[in-house]
Amino acid sequence: MSEISATISSALFLLILGGIPLYGYLKGVKVYEAFVEGAKEGFETAVTIIPYLVAILVAVGMFRASGSIDYVASLIPDSLKAYGLTPEIITIGLIRPLSGSASLGVLGETISTYGANSYQAMLGAVIIGCSETTFYVAAVYFGAVSIAKMRYAIPAGLIADAVGFIAAVIVCSFFFAY
Amino acid sequence: MINTIWLILILGSVAVGLLSLNLNSVANSVVTSASEAFKIALGLTGVMCLWLGIMKIAEKSGLVERFSLLISPILKYVFPEIPKGHPAFSSISMNFIANMLGLNNAATPLGIKAMHDLQSLNENKETASNSMCMFLALNTSSLQLIPAGAIALLAAGGSTNPTAITFPTLIATAASTLAAFFAVRLLCRMRRFKD
Repeated sequence: MSEISATISSALFLLILGGIPLYGYLKGVKVYEAFVEGAKEGFETAVTIIPYLVAILVAVGMFRASGSIDYVASLIPDSLKAYGLTPEIITIGLIRPLSGSASLGVLGETISTYGANSYQAMLGAVIIGCSETTFYVAAVYFGAVSIAKMRYAIPAGLIADAVGFIAAVIVCSFFFAY
Repeated sequence: MINTIWLILILGSVAVGLLSLNLNSVANSVVTSASEAFKIALGLTGVMCLWLGIMKIAEKSGLVERFSLLISPILKYVFPEIPKGHPAFSSISMNFIANMLGLNNAATPLGIKAMHDLQSLNENKETASNSMCMFLALNTSSLQLIPAGAIALLAAGGSTNPTAITFPTLIATAASTLAAFFAVRLLCRMRRFKD
């Protein structure tokens, strides 16, 4: 199943990659020259992002290294654990908006602690699947257009992550046996 | 908002690091993260060039314009401030499609292209527009239809049915995406976020 979807993704990727130049060629566009003209902007954009990315990743990296997330997760009352909300799951929820690789790392730990067929592993996977690395995406996208005043973009993204987390907990309690 | 969050992340980390006698790892993480940020930007450069090149061909052949006109009736409810047929509709929808399919290598460059297109409509170039906030919030809410990364981890851990999470994830993704949409619609009216 996951192999089939990967193949479909690759096929679509190559279809777009080949289709657009073919269409351009048929419309009389000098495809190679146009490609290079557009690609030149790539380097400049990547360099523009660096300051924003450094600012966000350093703050997030410090926060992770300080152990603050483990501390907050350890405060979770036992009564919530009945819903599968173990410290690992809380950690995944808290770390997801900050770091994609770190949240996958915690999911990996959860799988080795509870087993890949456990409720915790399934719930953690759904939480990761339904959310994104909000701070990273904000740094890259706003950095690319040199915008530091993001207004309500981060709060809106975090609300979406919180709703995704709650939805994951509810949906998993219906689909999987705890 | 981001100023407060940024300061809290840094000062909070120092405080917790101090209390838990963990100052060394906090200090070490600073340099590691800073160089990682550069590596990410550098790693992005190649695919960035690739997609901006492809998009330039699409632009010159008139494909962007046609696609934008086609898609604008649907997306105009989400982005009411973008004029009909503007190229931003094209890059936004291509970013959405790449996100849904989980093509991260294409989604980020196309998303950056969309931000550039939205910036061309932005009156105050230093402040995010409502359309930009909507675009960002929808992106951070995850649009991916199949959670390939999580499925791969479950499969590697020996799960008997790793794809079982696909449907539950789809429901949760729909919930978080709707939440992003309504959060933007509500927050954009609040006075403290006017500029």
